Amino acid sequence: MDQASLLQYLITGLTVGATYGLTALGFTIIFNTTGIINFAQGEFVMLGGMMSVFFMRALGLPEPLAIVLAVAGTTLIGALVERLAIRPVRDCPAINLVIITIGVSILIRGAAMLLWGKDTFALPAFSGAAPVAFFGAALMPQTLWVLAISLLILAGLKMFFSRSIHGKAMLACSFDPKAAALVGIGVDRMVLLSFMISALVGAVGGAILAPITLTSFDVGVMLGLKGFAACILGGLGNPFGAAAGGLILGVLESLGAGLISSAYKDALAFVILLALLFVRPSGLFGQKDGKRV
Amino acid sequence: MSVGYRRDMRWLGGFLVVLLLAPPLLGNNYYLTVLTMCCLNAMIAVGLSLLVGHAGQISLGHAGFYGLGAYTTAALSTTLGVPVGLSMLAGVGATSGVAALVGLPALKLKGHYLAMATLGFGVILSILFNETVGVTGGPSGFTGIPRLSLFGVEFSSDLSVYYFILALLGLVIWVAFNILHSRVGRALRALHTSEKAAQAMGIDIARYKLFIFVVSAAFAGLAGVLYAHYLTFIAPASFGFLFSVQLIVMVVLGGMTSVPGTIAGAFFLTVLPEFLRAFENVEILLFGAILVLCMMYLPDGLAGGSSRLWRLVWRKMFVRAEKDPMEGGGNG
Amino acid sequence: MKMARAAAIVLALFTFLGCSKESDSFKIGAVLSVTGPASFLGEPEKNTLLMLQDELNAKGGVEGRKVQIVIYDDESDVNKCVMAAKKLIENDKVAVVIGPSISGNTLAIAKFFAPAKIPLVSCSAAEKIVKPVDPWVFNTPQLDRHAVGKILMDAKKKGYAKLAILTVSDGFGQAGRAVLQELIPAQGLALVADEVFGPKDTDMSAQLTKIKGAAPDAIICWGTNPGPAVVARNRAQLGITTPLYMSHGVASKKFIELAGVSAEGLILPAGRLVAVSQVPDGNPQKALLTKYVADYTKKFGTAPSTFGGHAYDALMLVTEAVKMGKSFKPQDIRDNLEKIKAMPGTAGVYTMTPENHNGLDESAFVMVTIEKGEWKVVD
Repeated sequence: MDQASLLQYLITGLTVGATYGLTALGFTIIFNTTGIINFAQGEFVMLGGMMSVFFMRALGLPEPLAIVLAVAGTTLIGALVERLAIRPVRDCPAINLVIITIGVSILIRGAAMLLWGKDTFALPAFSGAAPVAFFGAALMPQTLWVLAISLLILAGLKMFFSRSIHGKAMLACSFDPKAAALVGIGVDRMVLLSFMISALVGAVGGAILAPITLTSFDVGVMLGLKGFAACILGGLGNPFGAAAGGLILGVLESLGAGLISSAYKDALAFVILLALLFVRPSGLFGQKDGKRV
Repeated sequence: MSVGYRRDMRWLGGFLVVLLLAPPLLGNNYYLTVLTMCCLNAMIAVGLSLLVGHAGQISLGHAGFYGLGAYTTAALSTTLGVPVGLSMLAGVGATSGVAALVGLPALKLKGHYLAMATLGFGVILSILFNETVGVTGGPSGFTGIPRLSLFGVEFSSDLSVYYFILALLGLVIWVAFNILHSRVGRALRALHTSEKAAQAMGIDIARYKLFIFVVSAAFAGLAGVLYAHYLTFIAPASFGFLFSVQLIVMVVLGGMTSVPGTIAGAFFLTVLPEFLRAFENVEILLFGAILVLCMMYLPDGLAGGSSRLWRLVWRKMFVRAEKDPMEGGGNG
Repeated sequence: MKMARAAAIVLALFTFLGCSKESDSFKIGAVLSVTGPASFLGEPEKNTLLMLQDELNAKGGVEGRKVQIVIYDDESDVNKCVMAAKKLIENDKVAVVIGPSISGNTLAIAKFFAPAKIPLVSCSAAEKIVKPVDPWVFNTPQLDRHAVGKILMDAKKKGYAKLAILTVSDGFGQAGRAVLQELIPAQGLALVADEVFGPKDTDMSAQLTKIKGAAPDAIICWGTNPGPAVVARNRAQLGITTPLYMSHGVASKKFIELAGVSAEGLILPAGRLVAVSQVPDGNPQKALLTKYVADYTKKFGTAPSTFGGHAYDALMLVTEAVKMGKSFKPQDIRDNLEKIKAMPGTAGVYTMTPENHNGLDESAFVMVTIEKGEWKVVD
């Protein structure tokens, strides 16, 4: 095994891992305010990519503007999902809400299929498609964009949750909504905000990844699955853990495919994840008592 | 036995009579196929409702157990020539064994982590079904599985297979009711309410959790072996993550703690796409919308919804004169 | 009382659903994967059937009867496919069934047709469908064996000795992989790397890097969109210059669009449909292909894919069999399907026999390359 190949596996793994990590971040935000896993998170990522493609093709907008519109549109959809499907039934058991998000994901996927068809689309890379040589491995400029923007989002979220009053209020809602309401936090507004932020993060992810991974109406299913795995791997509720979990998962898959067997790469990643859970029942960076259901 | 037990047994009797009489009324093989699939899905859903609704443990890997049963009996009977009755037993046995092995470490996890562990296990199984082409036939499927037969007698008509599956569904429901009305059932409910309290009262929670996990996996395995010999063809796509999610939806949509509700959920979700077929591309939209609306307006599932509707109708018709303070109002 | 009324309503509902109005149209059933992962097959197939139905009926139907095609979507799911097939046979009482789109679903329902005495003309390619021959089951696509044969012939001509394969882990990829694993050594070539990717994977750099390490003379990729487009893109990104063969599974304009410039120079076997204008005038398929492409493009705004062509061929074979026997009886249609000789279709020229229910050979394929975003026939 030469070093250039190894480096290539690593770069590939990080690129793919960023996809999972960005999806995982969205899961974390909603989980942190509501304690539910939003199965429609993958759909937000899909919407970011597909709406960018749609705005570019159908309306002929330049790429940056198309992406901004797509992100804004997805954020709006996130808000609508919360207002129409979640808020009226907030007091139901968590499992009911999770099933509702499954239904919402089917609905969004179906609407995207009817609107934009079943084809796969590519978005042009932001700054050229010529790879950069990096110690014998090929590195795509888009990969750098993805990693940089992911880091930026992560840092932004970190600041938001630890410094801003809104972020702290959202965390308070997850610990105890009643107590949060008593100290004057508008729980409803915080939940709405969390859906909007997670839709926004998902959509940004979808748009910056579409040049690398291509996009179609049904990419959300797979991303949702892997994103959830990344969350758990990193420890639910911890944005840093979610991002790290995604990157680790991506690298595991890539190394598994390169060094062991491409047929079993996903299985390998999950075997390692299971083994880890059995040793550390609350993920890599989770709190010791990983109960919060 | 208790009143509840007698009521449940009466319900089971009525349910079996209706399904016994259904085929001649429906008249053709298409409806029979739909009904058979309903029964198979109901079998898995009942097991899952014991686990999710009563023990409070989630599993997103039950499609894997369903597939494990199907592939075990398919490989044994088709490739190795083991008699079908024996291979079906082996299929259920293998599923239970694997469930015990997986359950032992996995059930120590809680909530979303348990969901992830079972989900991961299901994904690993479905990759195995896909990739071990020599054993499973790979993604394009396992063909030529013998039809259902016992002691050398083949169930040659679809109707006889249906009745056999119905009988086993009856057995599964009967076992489920008996578990729920036994010591185990009470222990499970205690465990669901508060694990710590249950433990303090001397309930061996690890053992009960494992027991119910294995039972529910065995039901899924049973459905799997029946499915394999009914369809005589299986493919990995039928046993993937999406089906696991669909099973959970059946349980929750039906009303988690009610066995009849779960069965209604399974029947409803199996039949619904057939009815929506006429809407072609819009089908998926309608399916999603119906799912969301059902969960929003029937928070206790179909079971809770129908009993509430029944109470409402009852009151409207017979107690109209009185001003009734709507009991349990506020939802929906 | 209440129960009785409910029962009566349910009964009435079912009788209403159960009976369809008798008519003297020629009723054809179709079960296609219009949605789900295989919708890239089922959608053009459905479009094609609906277009042909209008066309045939505008000309007065077949042998004096209007054609009525009942199409069900199996959502690429085997259970739904089984139920749809039963519905076509039991409720709709069709004379013949076209489809399903994918091999697994075809294999799952094939056994229903002999007892029902209704012919099935499948639009999916697996060899198992027609080998061994089931008297009631036919299929229309070119076989994988013929595509692999074409590729290996080209590889040998160019002097490639060491080959690597990269296949998708679904039914299509598995079937191709099996044939490749069989034929590459049989042709005296060496198989130096055998990698796979998942149908939903978005990056194949790891597999390609590993293949690069094995230093093959050429790579053969077997899959359907979008996977192979990603493979082509990753190959260009990694700066791999080893020649890359694709399968006939990507022979659509969509592939060129997705792969962009990295599609340039790739070689694959394809039906003549992709490059109609380059088909020589004397070719028996020329007229029919030109018309199909023009009609489809006019009606649906995009060029047809070879997959839609499989449904075209299935329907044309069926109507031809009806015309030959001047009979709409399923038994006669079956018998006459076996007697079809040298009938041009979109995929190739069909000659059926009781032993051969596919009717095509290697000549159904031409080798094409991609040049400036267009298909170009190279042999």
